[in-house]
Amino acid sequence: MKMLGSDAILRSLEAEGIDVVFGIPGGAILPLYDAFARGSTVRHVLARHEQGAGHMAEGYARASGKVGVAVATSGPGVTNLVTPIADAWMDSTPLVCITGQVRTTLIGTDAFQETDATGITLPIVKHSWLVQDVQELPHVLKAAFHVARTGRSGPVLVDVAKDVQETEIDFTYPHQVDLPGWRPPAGVHPRQVREAARALLAASRPVLYVGGGVINGDACDELRELAEVGGIPVIATLMAKGSFPETHPLCYGPPGMHGSKWANWGLNKSDLIVAVGARFDDRVTGKLSAFAPGAKVIHFDIDAAEIGKLRRADIPVTGPLRLALAELTKAVREEEEPGHEGPVAWRRQLEEWREAFPYRYRREGDYLKPQAIVETLRDLTLGRDDVVWTTGVGQHQMWAMQYLVCDRPRTFITSGGLGTMGYGLPAAIGAKAARPDATVVCIDGDGCFQMTCQELATSVLEGLPIVVVIVNNGWLGMVRQWQEMFYDNRFAETHLTHQVPDYAQLAEAYGAAGFTVEADDELEGVLEEALTCGRTAVVDARCDPEEKCFPMIPAGAAAIDVIEFSEEKAVEA
Amino acid sequence: MRHTVSVLVENRPGALARVSNMFARRGFNIESLAVGPTERHDVSRITLTVDCPADLLEQIEKQMHKLVNVLRVSTLEAGEAVERELALVRVSAEPSRRAELIALSEVFDARVADLGPDSMIFEVVGTPEQLESFEELLRPHGLTELARTGRIGLARASASRAPRPQHVLR
Repeated sequence: MKMLGSDAILRSLEAEGIDVVFGIPGGAILPLYDAFARGSTVRHVLARHEQGAGHMAEGYARASGKVGVAVATSGPGVTNLVTPIADAWMDSTPLVCITGQVRTTLIGTDAFQETDATGITLPIVKHSWLVQDVQELPHVLKAAFHVARTGRSGPVLVDVAKDVQETEIDFTYPHQVDLPGWRPPAGVHPRQVREAARALLAASRPVLYVGGGVINGDACDELRELAEVGGIPVIATLMAKGSFPETHPLCYGPPGMHGSKWANWGLNKSDLIVAVGARFDDRVTGKLSAFAPGAKVIHFDIDAAEIGKLRRADIPVTGPLRLALAELTKAVREEEEPGHEGPVAWRRQLEEWREAFPYRYRREGDYLKPQAIVETLRDLTLGRDDVVWTTGVGQHQMWAMQYLVCDRPRTFITSGGLGTMGYGLPAAIGAKAARPDATVVCIDGDGCFQMTCQELATSVLEGLPIVVVIVNNGWLGMVRQWQEMFYDNRFAETHLTHQVPDYAQLAEAYGAAGFTVEADDELEGVLEEALTCGRTAVVDARCDPEEKCFPMIPAGAAAIDVIEFSEEKAVEA
Repeated sequence: MRHTVSVLVENRPGALARVSNMFARRGFNIESLAVGPTERHDVSRITLTVDCPADLLEQIEKQMHKLVNVLRVSTLEAGEAVERELALVRVSAEPSRRAELIALSEVFDARVADLGPDSMIFEVVGTPEQLESFEELLRPHGLTELARTGRIGLARASASRAPRPQHVLR
């Protein structure tokens, strides 16, 4: 069928089953927006900043498991997308960014709003295309979605010259993708899996160290079966929160810099780490050379390059996790002796540590405690399967990780690898677009909130109501914590104040409901009201500016030396 | 240890940039790099020399495999591959000294590519080690300019890891 390149882009999105995209128009992408005006089944959500659009697409992708799509113009449009692209790259979020480029005759001339989009994003995309010939457009879009979602998922960029969007094409969407160099692994090596099963059954202190890959690989059911069949403790990272039910007796929560002592000790004192879609990130391992010195490692990953990148794998298994875990469970069943109960003494040991070193904080004092805000939110939503959480980055994120209980995958959406402040609010809007049925709550910091709060307008006007709870300590709290602990209380440039801006008034200005709470006894009532008001709500929960996040592994220290809350004084001395 | 890595890439804009960028951003150092066409018009060959331990080489190969334009990555083991490089060397040479220089160059099978009133250009093909020896030999005689192509290589037929043509592309 004959149509313009711009219409061909929308027909391609429709063919891919995309129901919503997030973006902002501008000069070089105007023809595509004109195609939106001509009509499409694809809904366009108008963001207020391209960074917001990108994080919305990420939130949509993480909540739905589908590919997120962001649209922006050339030049500043695409440079504003760089942060979400880098974020999606670090957290393996499937994302297709469609950007306008100046006309083909102007490319390379430093034209108005020209920037080398594919060049700028080169190190942070799985692949990118600059489309200068309309005939290539359908194949490029087909390939873009294919690359974004297959193998280890991640971001791609399609940069389309303005005149390409305006040129006529006889359009058919290709059924097949022609990418001879893109061959993600489809199977797993049976001998490696068999060897892994034997090692697992022979281990006396095994753990499943689970990363975000298990959610991206849609392997959460298989993970649960494996854990239950083998009786193996599951230590799921920040990115894997919810991949394994946190109310399950075998769930031992997140490890890492602010993970629990029992999870960190569990990893570090184990004799066999089965890494599943996890990448031995420095925030999990602490000092790498001191990490889990007595453990053999079995490493499952769809990305061969992650295996052996940081920690040598004794048994490497490359392949799709869903298949790999199913095969492993089968092999464990075949290999295990009748009546095998798994590592009973080891689980008892972990339980003892969990009893001895629970998450804790001092509840008395003049201020509301930030942890109490998260705990109250958790208790108000207990048992509900229609709540999706997002967070910003910093102390509040770590408290959310520690105190929220997530029993389902894709209900805890956070910026892990890149640590992007400002991620939470737009990601919540994207999650709401993916799950209109759900109550989407962004637990944010006051610093984070101010980085992307303009998207409140998007939330209100697009009918995508979210609840933002600002854990407002008046500081860039995590930086303040480091300044207090490692920079001798020199609080340089971290004080934001509790009062400016007045977040409730700001929310009202955007047409959202604004709440302020400072007193313990009002907290539950205010949060309840915000959760049930049915519109976009912002709760300014003013809390203790000096509260620090524990446990903590100081940067560069061995993970086994995690500092407990009770040892805080010793640290300061 | 020095390794030669042969990479077949789709002959598309940006393919070389993606490979070289991956090296730069992951902190891998390229010692030599040569790019050119292959027997297929739509495929180019990048030959890289890197100096790194074996585990890092494995990581480099894996990271290159992930690039969408990269079709095949193979490491050419020393002794199992034919490796060549071409160099052009300008030497300042008065007519009286030419005969001596030409005699020297014959040891390396070098050819006189250009002859001027007070300088001459030698063209020499060999292994990178031979080129280095040739360079050292000429240096005391007034070597003024040097251009090298970087090494290229193909696995020998006898080598166990010789790529079979039908497996080059899927």
